[in-house]
Amino acid sequence: MRITPKLGTLLILALASGWAHAADDRRGDDEGRYVVVSVADPYLELHTGPGRGYPVFHVVPRGQQVDVLMRRTDWFKVRDERGREGWAHRRSMLRTLLADGTPLDLGDPERRDYSRDPWEAGAQSGDFGGGNVNTAYVGYSLNEFLSAEVSASQVLGRASNAWLGTVGLVHTFRPDWRVAPFVGLGTGVVRIEPKATIVAPVDRTEQIGYVGAGAKYYLSRRFVFRGDYRRYVIFTERERNEVRDEWKVGFAFFF
Amino acid sequence: MESRLRVLLLIAASLPLSGCALWPFGGDRGEAADPVEATSAEGTAPAVVEPGVVRREIDVPEIETSDFEVGPYVGTFSTEDFGVNPVLGARLTYHISEDFFAEALVGRTEASRTSFERLSGGADLLTDSERTLTYYNLAFGYNLFPGEVFVGRRRAFNSAFYVTAGVGSTKFAGDDRFTVTVGAGYRLLLNDWLVAHLDVRDHMFEIDLLGSNKNTHNLETALGVTVFF
Repeated sequence: MRITPKLGTLLILALASGWAHAADDRRGDDEGRYVVVSVADPYLELHTGPGRGYPVFHVVPRGQQVDVLMRRTDWFKVRDERGREGWAHRRSMLRTLLADGTPLDLGDPERRDYSRDPWEAGAQSGDFGGGNVNTAYVGYSLNEFLSAEVSASQVLGRASNAWLGTVGLVHTFRPDWRVAPFVGLGTGVVRIEPKATIVAPVDRTEQIGYVGAGAKYYLSRRFVFRGDYRRYVIFTERERNEVRDEWKVGFAFFF
Repeated sequence: MESRLRVLLLIAASLPLSGCALWPFGGDRGEAADPVEATSAEGTAPAVVEPGVVRREIDVPEIETSDFEVGPYVGTFSTEDFGVNPVLGARLTYHISEDFFAEALVGRTEASRTSFERLSGGADLLTDSERTLTYYNLAFGYNLFPGEVFVGRRRAFNSAFYVTAGVGSTKFAGDDRFTVTVGAGYRLLLNDWLVAHLDVRDHMFEIDLLGSNKNTHNLETALGVTVFF
């Protein structure tokens, strides 16, 4: 009977092939595989789940060692010397010691550390020249102030829909402020698809350029609320260029 | 006691070296400035000053982080006026904290015929390709009621009831339509990495198929499986 869950695991693993590392968790020999820390506080509380509400079912006394099996958000799954497994919060883990007596350094200070988590990804929604716009973007921090961003947007308007792809640079003036203002500059392409009800619609692809400004509001170390304004110039093949204003808000996280 | 011994030994070791500072071929100053090493190399004094404590060089392995979930779902999608049909979708979730997560969804369903089309006999409003409904959605979720479920005496599974809100686009009836979704779901962690989901979502978008704009509610119910990585 005991083999049944394992068989089930194997079956699902066969289905979700590629998640090979998940199977590794079940490997018997894990010597040197996990971070081993010893408890320096009077005790380390183990919760039954990765959340503040899950009850504490065991405490590991000072001096004992635990294996750190995995991390999920701010919670760490640990195993004590007698094989009990439970979840401990990041705050408690920071007060444990490595084998050489130094405190466990999780490398994530209270503020964002761009060199450790240089990537930013987010999604925003708002208004683009009277239509709705959805945007997904990815940014990479070149230094504390400057980052490069790539974005893809879909504009859903009454008369036409459009896809926008942009690359640009963002300069954040005060990354240490909780509300951090920034300006941006970039270029890209837009593909405009007029709706079928308009007479003689022709899809067209044009180059665009934009300037923008906005602010990020740090909700936590890795999570921001972000608002953007951008003014686009569409370099048309006709006599005059078109200008569009875009306002959007959304959330982003660092990784 | 030990420190006094060390001082004596250092003095003893430095005596033969007292002239070495002026040695013209000394080369590296750092080497010459280390009396202990120089002495033991020359063998003029016993090599007693060995480091008493060897610093434990530990190689700290990386702690495996698993904040992402990915997996498929199947269910039913009720396209307003166009009947209830099977839906197939996929999701990618990132857990930002123990409370919040972000998820991206894509899904596809087929709309059947409206009762008008069936009754009128032959007057189809949409072509077959226009009847295929695809959507994408970017949503934020909040784990409203995290908890545990107990199966028998020995087994406990972590779970959460969550709510989501998002925006996206739905391609249906020959047009992309801005879509707002609200949803609620239940997540059951079968182990540390395998998760079962039950979700209900309302996809709200405007449709102008019959001349005037109409706000539609399209309810989706789905069962899914995801894998944490």
